[in-house]
Amino acid sequence: MSAPASPSVVLHATGVGKRFAGSVALDGVELCLRAGEIHALMGQNGAGKSTLIKLLTGVISADSGQVSLDGRLVAPTTPVQAQALGISTVYQEVNLCPNLSVAENIFAGRYPRRFGFIDWRAVRRGSRDVLAAVGLDINVDRPLATYSVAIQQMVAIARAIGVSARVLILDEPTSSLDEGEVQELFKVMRRLREQGLAIMFVTHFLDQVYAVSDRITVLRNGRRVGEYLADELPQPALVSAMVGREVALAEGRDSEHRPAANAPVVLSAHGLGRRGKLHATDIQVRRGEVLGLAGLLGSGRTELARLLFGLDRSGEGRLDIQGEAADLHHPADAVAQGLALCPEERKTEGIIAELSVRENVVLALQTRMGWRRTLSRTQQEALATKLVKALGVKTASIETLAGQLSGGNQQKVVLARWLATEPRLLILDEPTRGIDIAAKQDIMAEVVRLAGQGMAVLFISAEIEEVLRLCDRIAVLRERRKVGELPGGCSEQEILALIAGDAGEVA
Amino acid sequence: MVPVSTSFATQPWLRRFVAQPLFWPLLTLALLLLGNGVFNPGFLALHWRDGHLYGNLIDIGNRAAPLILVSLGMTLVIAVRGLDISVGAVLALTATVAAWTLTQVQAAHAGSNLLPLAWAIVAALTVAALCGLWNGLLVVKVGMQPIVATLILMVAGRGVAQLISGGQIITVYYAPYGFLANGFLLGLPFPLYVVATVFVGLQWLIRHSALGLFTSAIGHNPIAAKVAGVRAGAIILATYLFCGLSAGMAGVLVSANVDSADANNAGQLFELDAILAVSIGGSLLSGGRFSLAGSLIGALILQTMTSTIYAVGLPPQLNLVVKAVLVFVVMVLQSADFRSQVRAWLPWVRKGEQT
Amino acid sequence: MNAARSIAAFIGGAREARHLALAVPLGLFVAMALVGGVFYDGLLAPQVFANLLIDNAFLLITAVGLTFVILTGGIDLSVGAVIALSTVLQAALIQRHGWHPLAAISVVLLLGTGLGACMGLLIQRYTLQPFVVTLAGMFLARGLATLISVDSIGIDHPFMAAVASIRIPLLGASLSVGALVALVVVAAGVLLAGFTSFGRAVYAIGGNPQSASLMGLPVASTVIRVYALSGFCSALAGVVYALYMLSGYSQHALGLELDAIAAVVIGGTLLTGGRGHVAGTLFGVLILGLIQTLIAFDGRLSSWWTRIAIGLLLLMFCLLQRLLVRRAPEQGES
Repeated sequence: MSAPASPSVVLHATGVGKRFAGSVALDGVELCLRAGEIHALMGQNGAGKSTLIKLLTGVISADSGQVSLDGRLVAPTTPVQAQALGISTVYQEVNLCPNLSVAENIFAGRYPRRFGFIDWRAVRRGSRDVLAAVGLDINVDRPLATYSVAIQQMVAIARAIGVSARVLILDEPTSSLDEGEVQELFKVMRRLREQGLAIMFVTHFLDQVYAVSDRITVLRNGRRVGEYLADELPQPALVSAMVGREVALAEGRDSEHRPAANAPVVLSAHGLGRRGKLHATDIQVRRGEVLGLAGLLGSGRTELARLLFGLDRSGEGRLDIQGEAADLHHPADAVAQGLALCPEERKTEGIIAELSVRENVVLALQTRMGWRRTLSRTQQEALATKLVKALGVKTASIETLAGQLSGGNQQKVVLARWLATEPRLLILDEPTRGIDIAAKQDIMAEVVRLAGQGMAVLFISAEIEEVLRLCDRIAVLRERRKVGELPGGCSEQEILALIAGDAGEVA
Repeated sequence: MVPVSTSFATQPWLRRFVAQPLFWPLLTLALLLLGNGVFNPGFLALHWRDGHLYGNLIDIGNRAAPLILVSLGMTLVIAVRGLDISVGAVLALTATVAAWTLTQVQAAHAGSNLLPLAWAIVAALTVAALCGLWNGLLVVKVGMQPIVATLILMVAGRGVAQLISGGQIITVYYAPYGFLANGFLLGLPFPLYVVATVFVGLQWLIRHSALGLFTSAIGHNPIAAKVAGVRAGAIILATYLFCGLSAGMAGVLVSANVDSADANNAGQLFELDAILAVSIGGSLLSGGRFSLAGSLIGALILQTMTSTIYAVGLPPQLNLVVKAVLVFVVMVLQSADFRSQVRAWLPWVRKGEQT
Repeated sequence: MNAARSIAAFIGGAREARHLALAVPLGLFVAMALVGGVFYDGLLAPQVFANLLIDNAFLLITAVGLTFVILTGGIDLSVGAVIALSTVLQAALIQRHGWHPLAAISVVLLLGTGLGACMGLLIQRYTLQPFVVTLAGMFLARGLATLISVDSIGIDHPFMAAVASIRIPLLGASLSVGALVALVVVAAGVLLAGFTSFGRAVYAIGGNPQSASLMGLPVASTVIRVYALSGFCSALAGVVYALYMLSGYSQHALGLELDAIAAVVIGGTLLTGGRGHVAGTLFGVLILGLIQTLIAFDGRLSSWWTRIAIGLLLLMFCLLQRLLVRRAPEQGES
C-alpha cells in the first residue's frame, strides 16, 4: 500500500463553501485528490460529505471557492457534465437501470452502431472487455437486477471507467456488501489505483479505511479537520477527529436523577436481530433510566430502534415489555404498549409537513385512542399549546403548517407528539442532529426531566459528548452488533476505544 | 422555500377570504349560475307547482346527484393516494343488478308493494360494496397499483353486467322505483335527500372521528403516518369500499331515472367526471388534502356547465371538449413545476401561504 | 453473405435471457389454438388466423404504440378516442370536402402525432400523471370527433373502396392491406425497441428514470416522443379502421383502450414499465382475437363473456407480474 513518490494532483478543491437556507453545510473546505491514490473522505452525518460530493458531481453549485481538474477550473452544473469532464461517481444505491442487461448498462447512451442500428455483438464484446479490466467475468446478457449489489457496483465502476474517468468517487460502496465482497471491491480499487486513477472513497467503516486508503480527509461540521496519511493516523485519533468536542456545556449528570438500581425493567430484548441488518442483540432499559446507544453511522443503532418499535419485523429473538412477551407487527402495536419513537429521518419519517403543528402533535395520541374516540378541538389546542410551550417550539401559532418550521422546531414537534402519549419508553434516534445549539439544549434538558419523572429513554446519538452527559448507561454498537456496555460515569476514551475496536484489529 | 413569517390570522381579511379552500370553486359556480341568469332570463327562477319546487337550479341538483355521490367516494380514494377508474363499470353493474332483481322479485311476488324495491336496493348495494372491497383488497393486500387494480373491474364489470342483462336493456315496470329518482319528498326531489344524507353523514364521520386526520396523514406522508401508528391498510380498504358503494347508489339513481338499465352505456366516462369534480373542488390529485364540500361543488359546476351548454343551444358534444380543457387547466395549475415556473416569470407574486 | 450474417446478428441480438417473457403469451396462444382446434371443427384453418389479423389490425397497431408508452411506465388512455377522431376526420375530409384520401390520411397522421406530443409535453414538463392527462385527451378527442359529426359518415371514395378490397395471398390465406400494415408496424416496432437508442432509452426510463437521467440518457425528449409515437399509431390504426369499416363515426373504438392495455399486459409487458416486448403484444392481440373467435365458434356463449374473459386474463397476468416483481428485489437492492 505505497503511494507514488510525488503523485500529481488531479482534482483540487479550495475554499469551498455552501450554505443552505440559513445553515452552513461547507465552510472553506479543501480537498486534494492525487493520481494513483485512494483517498478516504470521512465524517459523521451532517459533516458535509454528501454536500461536497454533490458539488463535485454537479448536482449543486458552490457558493464560494473553486475546483480544478488537471489544473483547469471546472464547475459542472449537471451530473452529465461532471461525467463528461471525467468525474464519475458510483453511489451506494447503484444508479443504473436494474431491468437492462449488464452490457446495456455499461454502454447506455454510447452504443456502437452498424447500419444505423445498435451493434449488439460489439456491445457484448466491449462490455466483457471493460469488465475484465475490473476482474469480472459474468454473463453480460442477464438483467442487472439478477446480480448482487456487489456485482452491480462493479458494473457501475466498469461503466465509469468506460467513460474515461480521471476521478472515481465511491460513495459508501460497502454498506450493503458482505466481507468477501468487500475484499473483491478492494482488489478492484487497488487495480484501478495502479492504473493511475484518482479514487475518492467515502465510508464510515474504519477498518476498511485503513485496509485500502493512502490518505484520509476528515470533515466535521462543514469544515476540514485535516488531511492525513493513513499510515500516520492511528484509529482512535481518527475517531477523535471525526466526533470531536462540542461547545463546552455543563459536564456530568445531575446525580439526583439516577434511577434506582432495582427499578423495574420496561423493555428487554433477547437475541433480537434481523438478517443483514443487525446481529442478535440483548438490551434492557429500566424505568427512569436513560440508556445511550453509541456508535458510528452504520453500526446498527437505527436498525435496533426500528426492531424495538415494530417498524421492522425481527427474524430472530424475543422482545419483552414490562415482563410480558410482545409481538410487534406494526408501530400501532408498539404505541399501544406505551412505546414511542422519534425517527432519525425527521423530514421523511417524522413530521408531516402539510399538517398543522397541532395535528402533528396529537397524531400519535390519537392513533392510540383509536379512530372512534377523538380529542375535541379544545382538548387538541390545549394539549398542543401546552407541549409547544414546554418544549419552547418557535411557531407563530399551532395552526401553522409544520413544514414551515425550522429543523430544530420540527424536531421538537415530533418529540411533543410522542410526549403527548406519555410513553413508558421513549426512543430518540439522533434527536439533536442538524439542529441549532439552543434547541439541542432544550431537548436534552427535557430528556433529563422526563427520566427524572420515571420515563425510560433510549438515546441514540453519534455525539459522544451528549451521550456521556445524559446517559446512565451506554451500550456501544459497532458494525451491526453490540460490542459492549459502559456505566454512565465512564470516560470518553473508553467509549471511543469500544467504537474504534481493539488496537490490534486493524484489518 | 422561505417560510412565511406572519401568522395566517393577522393577514388582511381579503387574503384570508380568498385563501379559504372553497373560495375558487364557489366563485366558479356562482359565476356560472349568474352568467346563465344574465343571458337567459328566468334561468334562476324557482316555481312552486303541484306541491313541488321546480326550476333549473333544482334540476341541476337533481341531475348532478349521481355524480356528486361518486365524487364523494372518489375524493376519499384520491385522498389516500389511490384512484378508482372502475366507478362507471360498477355503476352499470349495480344498475343492472337492481333492475334485474326488481323484475325477478316482481315476478315472484306479484302484487307485493315495496318488497321488490327493498330487494333491489339490498342486492345492488351489496354488489357495489363487494366491488369496492375487491378493488381495496387488490390494492392493499396484493399491493397492485390502484390504476391497474381498478382497471380489471373496469374491463370485466360491464361484461358481467351484460351477462346478467342478457345483452338487453332491462326495462322496469314498477312505479315505486322511479320515485327514487323522479319522486318528490316535501317538495324537493328525492335524490337531493340521498345526497344530503350521504354528505352530512360523511362529514360527520370525518369531523367526529379520527378518520379525517388519519386520511390526510396517510395521503400526505404515508411513512410518517405509519411511524406515528396509523393503520393505513384498514383505512385505505374502507375508502375503496365506500367508493364502490357510492357508485352503487349512483347506479340505482341512474337506472331509476329512466326506469331501465343499460349495461353498455350507463356511467360511460363517469370516471373522468368524478376525477374532474374532485380536482376542481380543490382536493389534490396527489393525495393528502381533500375537501368533500369541494367535490360536491365541483360536481355541481360540471352539471351546470352541461346545462348551460344545452340552454345556450351549443352542441352538447362541446361538453366533452370543455371538460377536457378544464382538466388540463386544473392539473397544470395544481402542478408544482408550473407554479415555480410562474414564480420565476413573476418574481413579485408572493405565493407563500398554502391554503 | 452479408444478409445472412445480419440476420444471424439480429437473432443473436434478440436472444436474451428474457425469452421466458415471450414464451408465455406465445405458448398460451398456441395452447388455446390447439385446444380450440380440438373442440371446434374448422378452427385451425389458415384463413381463420388471417381473419384474426384482419379483424384486429387496428388493435394491433394501437397496441404496438401503447407498448412503448407502457414500457416507460406511463399509460395512454386516449388511443380509442384518437382512432375515432381519425376515422371521422378522414370521412369528413373525403366525403364532405372532396379531399383525396391520401391527403386526408396525411392530415390525420399529423394530428394524431401532434396530439400525442402535446400530451407528452404536459406529462413531462409539469410532472403530471399520465393517466389523468391522457384521460382528458380521450375526452378531448371524442369531443372533437362528435363536434365534427354526430352521425356516422360512410366512405365511398373509389380509392378507399379499392384498397379495402385488396387481398394479399400469404401462406395459404389472404390478408387485407390493413393486416399487412399491422404486421409491418409490428416489425418496425421490434426494430425500434431492440435496435435503436430511442428504444433502449424507453426501457431505461421504465427501469429507473433517475438513473437513466444520471446516465445521460435524453429522458425528457424520449418521454415526449413516446406519446407522440402512440398518437401516431392510434391515428394510423384509425386509418386502417376507416378502411375496415368504410365509415367514420365518433363512437368507433369505444373502450378500445382497455383492450389495447389488456393486449399489452397479456403480451408480457409490465404495467410498471421497464420490461416487455413488442412481439409479445402481437401475441396478446392474437389471444384476445382468438377468445372472440372461440366464443363465436361456440355459438352458445354470449359475446360479453369476452369482456369477462379479458378481465380475468388481465387479473391473472397482473397477479403474475406482482409475484415476479416481489421476487426480483431479493437479489441485490437498488
